[in-house]
Amino acid sequence: MTNAEGEQCEWAQHLYMVRDNKDEAAFAALFEHFAPRIKSFLMKSGADAGTAEECAQDVMASVWQKAHLFDPARAGVATWVFTIARNRSIDLLRRQRRPEPQELGWGPVAEPDQADALALQQESNQLNLALKALPVKQRKLIERAYFGDLTHSEIAEETGLPLGTIKSRIRLALERLRHGLG
Amino acid sequence: MTEVNQINHHLTDGLLMAYSAGTLPEGFGLVVATHVSMCDECRARAASFDALGGAVLETSAGPEAAMPAHSLTQTLERIRAGRPSAANEPRPATGGVFPAPLAAYVGGDLDRVKWRSYGIGLKQRILPVARGSSVRLLYIPAGMAVPDHGHRGTELTLVLQGAFRDETDRFGRGDIEVANEDLEHTPIAEEGAACICLAATDAPLRFTGLLPRLAQPFLRI
Repeated sequence: MTNAEGEQCEWAQHLYMVRDNKDEAAFAALFEHFAPRIKSFLMKSGADAGTAEECAQDVMASVWQKAHLFDPARAGVATWVFTIARNRSIDLLRRQRRPEPQELGWGPVAEPDQADALALQQESNQLNLALKALPVKQRKLIERAYFGDLTHSEIAEETGLPLGTIKSRIRLALERLRHGLG
Repeated sequence: MTEVNQINHHLTDGLLMAYSAGTLPEGFGLVVATHVSMCDECRARAASFDALGGAVLETSAGPEAAMPAHSLTQTLERIRAGRPSAANEPRPATGGVFPAPLAAYVGGDLDRVKWRSYGIGLKQRILPVARGSSVRLLYIPAGMAVPDHGHRGTELTLVLQGAFRDETDRFGRGDIEVANEDLEHTPIAEEGAACICLAATDAPLRFTGLLPRLAQPFLRI
């Protein structure tokens, strides 16, 4: 396994250490990696530096408090952090509610399958690499959608979005999710 | 499977991506969350757009992003103080007609809706959302046609009970119709049960007949 492929798995290990041992060193490593990224993401979405820092701290505090809810068979660590940051920013920056889908009727979550979890974390890494490898123009378009520069109808009209490429990259993860949901 | 019935009409990539990015108006977000609650396929597609969001987060850091030196210490203090984080947890399935996110806006299931009647059997209930879109529940008696109308912007119609047909196809429980400016349609509720839909717009509807136009200010649609 290369470093790049293993990165998300490593973050998952850090998250387990926070969850199980309240390990501050592991949390510091997560903070050092993710807090600047959350701040950058929010500033590119239109927040000023102060608000973005405040929000990044808030999101990282949630990462600590919600570590037990992280399910490595369903999301990569970056994906999970992204969803927390997105929800917080809707709340804080746009002062709206975000309706969430109802949870799946699985009852108490069984211990996630190790192989599924590992495969999903590796696929998340591959998606990061695929995004980096896109032509700059296409990558910028995707970023603009996530930073809130494109409305849903602009996304629909935008022919330059490499959704085909992205979809083929995440097809495996998608099939796995479908399988898990089915 | 979340639902046993077959869903034939799904969300578009544009709506799912904007929902994942968190940029959809609240009324649209409610329709998307309600459809995803009923549709495993769109739930998986939504998860894949979240994964893409995670990749954008992972690859987005520039020199402007450095956090102040004291911020880790502050965050740890915040955690020790035990200030609970405000975050919306997914809600368990309701077992009723309305999936959980819709039931949260209504304050219960179908029997709790405070309908406003418009004489001809058509009923509606506007749900409270932030500016930028409007969303309402529609009750269309079996066999009734909703006045012929076109759209500015986008109209989403999600079937919760019964079914309707229009010029394009048939829509049953869980199906969503995404209508844009090009579509002028006359949805007709099927015979049998009344058709109950969740409908959202990001612009007022425009009706083509005179009577509906007079009714429009009252319907607030």
